[in-house]
Amino acid sequence: MSKVYIIGAGISPFGRHMTTGLEQGVAAAKAALADAGIEWPQIEFAFGGSWHAGKPDAALPSLGLTGIPFVNVANGCATGGSALLCAYSTIRSGDGDLGLVLGFDKHPRGAFNETPADWGLPDWYGESGLMLTTQYFAMKIQRYMSLYGITPETLARVAEKAFQNGALAPHAWRREPIDAERILQSQMVSDPLTKYMFCSPSEGGAALVLASERMVKRLGVEAVEVRAVTVRSRVNGSFEVFAPALDAESGPSATELAAEAAFAMAGVSPEEIDVAQIQDTESGAEVMHMAENGFCAHGEQERLIRDGETRLTGKRPINTDGGCLACGEPIGASGLRQIYENVTQLRQRAGKRQVKAPRLAYSQVYGAPGVSAVSILSI
Amino acid sequence: MSTTQTQMIAPDIVDMAGGDVRLVAWRRADGHLVFPKPLNDAAPVPLERVLLSPAGTLWSWTVQRFRPKSPPFHGSDSDPFEPFYLGYVEFPEGIIVEGRIDARVDVDKLRIGMQMDVTAVPIFTDERDAQVFAHAFRPVASHTTHSEG
Repeated sequence: MSKVYIIGAGISPFGRHMTTGLEQGVAAAKAALADAGIEWPQIEFAFGGSWHAGKPDAALPSLGLTGIPFVNVANGCATGGSALLCAYSTIRSGDGDLGLVLGFDKHPRGAFNETPADWGLPDWYGESGLMLTTQYFAMKIQRYMSLYGITPETLARVAEKAFQNGALAPHAWRREPIDAERILQSQMVSDPLTKYMFCSPSEGGAALVLASERMVKRLGVEAVEVRAVTVRSRVNGSFEVFAPALDAESGPSATELAAEAAFAMAGVSPEEIDVAQIQDTESGAEVMHMAENGFCAHGEQERLIRDGETRLTGKRPINTDGGCLACGEPIGASGLRQIYENVTQLRQRAGKRQVKAPRLAYSQVYGAPGVSAVSILSI
Repeated sequence: MSTTQTQMIAPDIVDMAGGDVRLVAWRRADGHLVFPKPLNDAAPVPLERVLLSPAGTLWSWTVQRFRPKSPPFHGSDSDPFEPFYLGYVEFPEGIIVEGRIDARVDVDKLRIGMQMDVTAVPIFTDERDAQVFAHAFRPVASHTTHSEG
């Protein structure tokens, strides 16, 4: 069993562009190859994910028709993490020494618009206006606030931090700071979440080059070790997206399961994590995921966020590039953007948003219908 | 309301035979209650039809303030839109069900944990100009002081 390393990371700026999703994906792939100092013909396998921008293996003519296995991964918002798991397993098992993981997307404007039948749900669920991810996030945080004393001000602070960090991240979409008061006063979209508390679907691409231990030695490059990658789906009793009903008896969420498995795999505890990129579909998700990933107890977020512990200068900076709130959400790319940001932070190449000397970095991406992917990296 | 005039958006979501409105849930062989009836259930044993209690407690809620895209939302994107309330209600049978919240309720008084009962509300008119109803919830206190016709 080989250790697995990331030797290159590339990104195509997130936002709204004139180029296609595929073009943005190819740009990210080329950036990752250049970062690793390798050429495409050296790549032995690839995994790629996109929700709306076509088949990722359509990148092959632009990258090079070398006949390698290129598998397309479709796992909702957890696509990036799922593609990483595939590449990780390939190297770990010795089936390959050098691979590419690619994610890109280009979404239409407005809220995600899913068809109930695609998710095993009856037509009436969509006809009656219940088939919206925004409602899920709003109701999840609404209940959480009631149970654990989280205030609207905390939701606003999370979004404020996101836009501040985004202003320092060249690949982010929203790069203008917005203060907490303006966030609170902005138009209510789905109570209790206002417009600036929600991410928007956007465009972008991100890519990673993964290598085995012997390939790292052979190439003599700087490498970030992948200590864990996990993907988990939902069990009975968790509240996930697109749920006409759920068990009253609560069980662990997909995120809690993926996090626990990742910490066990890496042999580290949450306290040891120096920087974390966690799913912030809306600011309430960042708050809840802090606890689900094991970084604090339920309700502790109120104090941690108020005291600035999750800011760039805090004890455990969270979403250092502004997350989905500042970068938008191109589904196929977001999970890999998180890892790109972690690699950048670990290598101390994050410029003005650099976190102080991080050694262990964590990512968690989550999506419908209850899939979570976690990674832990170290340098 | 008259059962003959209430056109529900889909059959067997609610049962009004007993004079009130009860949600129809389904019990799997492993004892779990599900709602609605699974579309492509491959279980060898038929599911048991279970009427949920007439009331439960509010588990969470929100307001849909922008028009969902059509499809799948009924009508077309250019239709007029009124924000609607929705939420989840927890029933004593151990299942939490999602649905609309009756628009006539005083939403400032919505509190997680409050008693809600089940009703049906019109949510759109179809191509034959008939009203189509969906199951919904309303706070118990909001209507128990007057009689319903």
